[in-house]
Amino acid sequence: MTEKQKKQIHLAAHFPGVNNTTVWSDPASGSHIEFSSFVEFAQTAERGRFDFMFLAEGLRLREQAGKIYDLDVVGRPDTFTILAAIAAVTDHLGLTGTINSTFNEPYEVARQFASLDHLSGGRAAWNVVTSWDAFTGENFRRAGYLPQSERYERAKTFLRTATELWDTWRGDEILADKESGRFLATPTPGAFEHHDSQFDIAGQFNVPRSPQGRPVIFQAGDSDEGREFAASSADAIFTRHSWLEEGKAFYADVKGRLAAYGRRRDDLLILPAATFVIGDTDEEAAELAREVRLAQVSPATAIKFLEQLWNRDLSDHDPDGPLPTVDPLESDELIAKGRASARSHGDRLEQANRWRAIAAEKGLSTREVIVEVTGRQSFVGSPETVATTIDEFVQADAADGYILVPHITPGGLAPFVDKVVPILQERGVFRTEYDGTTLRDNLGLRPRSAAAQPTEAAS
Amino acid sequence: MTDSSPSPDRPAGEHLRERLRLAVALDGTGWHPASWREPDARPAELLTPRYWADLVAEAEAALVDLVTIEDSLSLQTEDRRSPTRDRRTDRVRGRLDAVLVASRIAPLTRHIGLVPTAVVTHTEPFHLSKAIATLDYVSGGRAGVRVQVAPWPREAALFGRRDFPALSYDDLATPEAQQLIRDSFDEAADYVEVLRRLWDSWEDDAEIRDVATGRFIDRDKLHYIDFQGRWFSVKGPSITPRPPQGQPVVAALAHRSVPFELVGRSTDLGFVTPQATEDVAPILAEIRRAQRAAGRDAETVHVLGDVLVVLGETEQAARDRLARLDEAAGPDFAGLTSDALVFTGTPAGLADLVADWHAAGLSGVRLRPAVLPDDLQQITRAVVPELQRRGLFHDSYEAETLRGLLGLTRPANRYAATA
Repeated sequence: MTEKQKKQIHLAAHFPGVNNTTVWSDPASGSHIEFSSFVEFAQTAERGRFDFMFLAEGLRLREQAGKIYDLDVVGRPDTFTILAAIAAVTDHLGLTGTINSTFNEPYEVARQFASLDHLSGGRAAWNVVTSWDAFTGENFRRAGYLPQSERYERAKTFLRTATELWDTWRGDEILADKESGRFLATPTPGAFEHHDSQFDIAGQFNVPRSPQGRPVIFQAGDSDEGREFAASSADAIFTRHSWLEEGKAFYADVKGRLAAYGRRRDDLLILPAATFVIGDTDEEAAELAREVRLAQVSPATAIKFLEQLWNRDLSDHDPDGPLPTVDPLESDELIAKGRASARSHGDRLEQANRWRAIAAEKGLSTREVIVEVTGRQSFVGSPETVATTIDEFVQADAADGYILVPHITPGGLAPFVDKVVPILQERGVFRTEYDGTTLRDNLGLRPRSAAAQPTEAAS
Repeated sequence: MTDSSPSPDRPAGEHLRERLRLAVALDGTGWHPASWREPDARPAELLTPRYWADLVAEAEAALVDLVTIEDSLSLQTEDRRSPTRDRRTDRVRGRLDAVLVASRIAPLTRHIGLVPTAVVTHTEPFHLSKAIATLDYVSGGRAGVRVQVAPWPREAALFGRRDFPALSYDDLATPEAQQLIRDSFDEAADYVEVLRRLWDSWEDDAEIRDVATGRFIDRDKLHYIDFQGRWFSVKGPSITPRPPQGQPVVAALAHRSVPFELVGRSTDLGFVTPQATEDVAPILAEIRRAQRAAGRDAETVHVLGDVLVVLGETEQAARDRLARLDEAAGPDFAGLTSDALVFTGTPAGLADLVADWHAAGLSGVRLRPAVLPDDLQQITRAVVPELQRRGLFHDSYEAETLRGLLGLTRPANRYAATA
């Protein structure tokens, strides 16, 4: 790298979720629901000067073969409510919540994010997701299965509508002038009307403009439509591409789409999710990483993974034996429900044959194949190695930073914060102090201008 | 529901007559429309967490049992039922989501119950259930929720999913309006049923972390709630484990027979609006009847009387304050009226009223301060000491949870197999 100005790295922390990434069986693993775990996790991230913490969400407990999936962590708090409480125990950390645009209404979500932004002093962010099946809809009064083709349309319209609501207040409406008795500068603040095929709503939005104006917007989809949605509307994109080459390709692709929307390259941050294992030496870390992988893929979990690809009951299969000789079942009916990845297997037979090839080449059992092909850690090594790798990846435009997913709750972030962050700071690629107050400041995003619409709308 | 365990929080040697319970209702700068113009009012800070934290800390320092936080989906207006917009610029407008305010305050407090208002007519019971369960986690068992119906056109238009007729106050006696009210409260009862089933949809010991079999939960201890009703169906289980209190406290404000029924059949805590002591007995009779009809005789349903309070060191001082506020409310303001009794007087006078209502059978009162922080400070610094002197109110928080403060045990889980 020449004397080009080095990019500043963005770091965020994903509270360990309900995938097998999270090793709940480790003796160090704490509660996934008690508030104390969230406090410790958030304060560790803030101690590390992280940009934000991130919460995923799923609105129905996962099932496999008609039964609630019991091998991973199950249960989590309500996203908005826990983030509002975390705002009370942190000062700078951004608070990113995943909120579904299928099983919510724009008015309510806009109100909750505007409230969270006020209550956190401008630290709210929304990871906009769409839902995939009627299975989740069974928990909601609106139910509402959406065909795949309409989901992004709904998400886009939902976000546009919420944005209209946030923008109904410009920020200068409240005078609160005790002397003159004028509380409002205008008689109809928040007035809006929105009519389209998805939403037919009107009234006055009742949360005045929040510190950030609107939350920072994240998008997490990987499809072409998802990338386009991110390029048009998001401030950051949460991806799975944590490897160097695919990361660079993804980065170039998405950044390249921005110009078409009149946006600059730095208006959208690319932040892959990344796992890590840190040891005193690279060898120790590699050994630790192998142990973690084995803990993540128990024999029972291996069978469940196998069933997800094969899409059939393989409960009698021996995890220590070879892969099944029977082929995967192609069907619209999935054995795994409430799991986005179950749908993304593509051609099942093709992938099964890939697994078979790997097993044959390396002489692996079923469980060993799963360990090999799923969820390998992104960054493994000594603190020096991990810091160097992350810095190289970011400077090579494979990412703008990473959303780190520790495998232990809530303490798994501490080794990174204590050992890797100081090295990045030493190299001048990561902040030593927060230099702003809002999440938008942390992310180095340009402030959103206040809305151009007049607040005095027709009534 | 049956009680499976003795309350760990119940004080020993309690008097036969339970102590008085005291709630404070927080709304904006107070319940008088001109409250925001008072010298100590903080109208420009209503959207800051500091404002709410200060108020709740003040209440907690005086051992108040719980605060309620008002809310509405639509922008505040003089008449919520009216479909037309209020164009006033001299009243407080704009607010934050009450559940999130409560959650933001929870880590800053230790004992006081937090009871935000939530509209149930347009929202999803699944979302609210996990939100209140989460509030219960972040507060260590101090969560409640006051359910509110809003079958009004202005609210409906914000969601665009249902239509409700525009009704004036005079229309309320018509059969159509009565049916609408009946339906709204029936829907609220269904909604509360779903909240409660979802809170119970995880047994307390469902998380097992059994390393030998690789199972994090015992899925036999998670339950589909399979609720199907006229307005919605919900499958369950919740995504949030059973909250610390088991069942957070459910509250409702009720003025007439239909909402009294909701209080009796669905809630733990009713707020009612007697205008005089003699109103208390008939209100309680209706609520107890509904409670019996719902098979809840054995359960405690506390009923608190709402009072909007304008306090002064002397009666004259209180009246002068009210006159000043009424005048500041504008030339068209005809004087403070409320659904609740408006009490204008001294802290000792208010203590007399509260004692009378308590003796008449109410569990206590929910005081609505006319001005924040002024009337709240009179409550915490004068009314509470007076009630303590009379032996009516506690001298320390005797429980860690809101249910505990209300003398409610932690209920058994409706889905747990009885041994």
